[in-house]
Amino acid sequence: MSPSEPEEAHEAARVEAAIAETAAALAHVAELADETASLVHVPRTETDDEPLPDPRRSDVDEWGRSEHMRSIARRMYQPVYERWFRATWEGLEHIPTDGGALLVANHAAAVPSDAPVIMHGIETELERPVYGLADQLFKSLPVVGTYWARLGGVVAHPDNAYRLLREQNQLVLVFPEGSKGPGKTWNQRYRLRRFGRGGFVEIAMRAGVPVIPIAVMGAEESMPIVWKSSLAAKATGLPYFPVTANQLVFGPVLGAVAYFPAKFKLRVLPPITFDVPPDQDRYSKSRIMDEAEKVREQIQSALYDMLRERRSVWFG
Amino acid sequence: MGKRVLITGLATFWGGLAAKALEADPGVDVIIGLDTREPTIELERTEYVRTDENYSILSRIVRAAQIDTIVHTFLVVDSTMMRAKTMHEINVIGTMNLFAAASQAGSTVRDVVVKSSTYVYGAAKEDPVWFDELTPRSHSPRRRVERSLDAVEGYVRDFAIDNPHVNVTMLRFSNVLGPDIVTPVSRALELPLVPKLAGFDPRFQFVHEDDVIRAMLFVLAEGLPGIYNVAGDGLLPWTEVAKICGKRTIALPPYGASWAAVPLRMFGVELPDELLDLLRYGRGADNRRLKEAGFRYSYTSAGAVEAFIEATRLRTNVGSTQPTYRYERDVEQFFRHSPAVVRDHES
Repeated sequence: MSPSEPEEAHEAARVEAAIAETAAALAHVAELADETASLVHVPRTETDDEPLPDPRRSDVDEWGRSEHMRSIARRMYQPVYERWFRATWEGLEHIPTDGGALLVANHAAAVPSDAPVIMHGIETELERPVYGLADQLFKSLPVVGTYWARLGGVVAHPDNAYRLLREQNQLVLVFPEGSKGPGKTWNQRYRLRRFGRGGFVEIAMRAGVPVIPIAVMGAEESMPIVWKSSLAAKATGLPYFPVTANQLVFGPVLGAVAYFPAKFKLRVLPPITFDVPPDQDRYSKSRIMDEAEKVREQIQSALYDMLRERRSVWFG
Repeated sequence: MGKRVLITGLATFWGGLAAKALEADPGVDVIIGLDTREPTIELERTEYVRTDENYSILSRIVRAAQIDTIVHTFLVVDSTMMRAKTMHEINVIGTMNLFAAASQAGSTVRDVVVKSSTYVYGAAKEDPVWFDELTPRSHSPRRRVERSLDAVEGYVRDFAIDNPHVNVTMLRFSNVLGPDIVTPVSRALELPLVPKLAGFDPRFQFVHEDDVIRAMLFVLAEGLPGIYNVAGDGLLPWTEVAKICGKRTIALPPYGASWAAVPLRMFGVELPDELLDLLRYGRGADNRRLKEAGFRYSYTSAGAVEAFIEATRLRTNVGSTQPTYRYERDVEQFFRHSPAVVRDHES
């Protein structure tokens, strides 16, 4: 093709020879090091599996999370977390500082306020990322879906959860009640809904990670639903279409985004491990349902416990 | 005895490249390329046979040339290239006839490689981030290219079940980028402003065209049966893809995007529905199965984008660096069959 090609080939050969020479010299030094143990240890480099050049321009990971965006969000959210909700934790030591774990919490408020509080709290306290599993509805919303993913939201698919937990040893947050938790009206507050079909237990079993229950108090009062329109829900394709107390107080628009300053208290319960081997094709369905129910009961009774101690919705 | 290879779609980008790569392999004795059109790149020893698009003379060729390996590259993945009916003829009817010929009594075919696409996984909001080879699609296919490839894969599976003595390999390639290939994605990235859907920034995965050919040769050499995703490491947001290309983006309305794409077509910008799905939800294909079989990629997703844009920049500055080639039947026949030509690969 180009006339300079033989030259280039020659040049390449020379470079290669030089590299080979250097490598030989290095190997010799390494040998010497082994013999005398007086020189600095030179790690042998594997030339075969050198990483490929990867000219990335952002820090968005395979799940869509960006630590850069997340840190900006943390800075913006800190006053809300600290001053508005005044979140306090109990039992944070139950969350491991490394290794995968499935965090399971109760879910509430028309626009759930618990997910950001939990994710923010753990990321600032333990300095490790939390991925929040959520309904695929988020992914289909323009703008919201993109920010949701950048801030650690992942579609609640068993394959996603398995990969995050088992292969990448991450913390994953899930709300087994799904939209039934936030979608309940004011008079049903702190009464946990069905924990799905126990899928979260099966994932934890398959991934071989503990389930760590978290009881969240305060979210229910931050944006309670006074009335739901099933007709509007059907028309918009949303799981529920609420009128919130916030909207009655702040007006329909501001009320859709402004929370009441309910005091947040979070209690992390001891990890639950399942005595089953990971990576099985099937797990006993009845065992899964039993375990899921046990987790639900634990969170429910922890909540009753916390509510018994609570003197004020706003001051804890 | 060396391999006797039949390549479908010799005049297509992939057919031509596969033939060229196989010509360099001394273990390959005979290469026969089928197509409705003449080859578009210069080939040394590949025999070109003109057929209609659904290969009516195929069984005769397979028998006469004692074909043992079929490389099925003639599958249309770019739906903007032709009408739906033509694509159906080529993909579905073509594959059906190909396998009918390959499975006739006394067939000598032992290896089949099919070039499919990760479009068979679709793109939906319910999808997992990564599809492995066994992950089912979230919905039944609606886009015509996906329906078409789905039907093709059905024939491939049937053939593999009916012919357990044949090594059937199906490679599902993710979006291909590189110096030479032209796809709806590469055309979108060459526009002054790269189209995106407002409010969406899904993650894309790419495979470099060299890795596509290398993967085909790899599975042929290893005799690997089964389905394999072929895709570079890493998922990149679409805006990052545009950024690597040094381009700004222009937002299309997220709803009714396929209508918004209609006026763009007048300016030669084709955004087929399956690409709009990708621009909404993106897709990741787990490439670990092929890696575990020993394949080493030479580019990551981001690396493929960079290689593409560097080649594009070179081309806009100095024009095409590829020599132009026109197939002349008599000339090609002379080189292949005249006793006057000294053929070094026979010595």
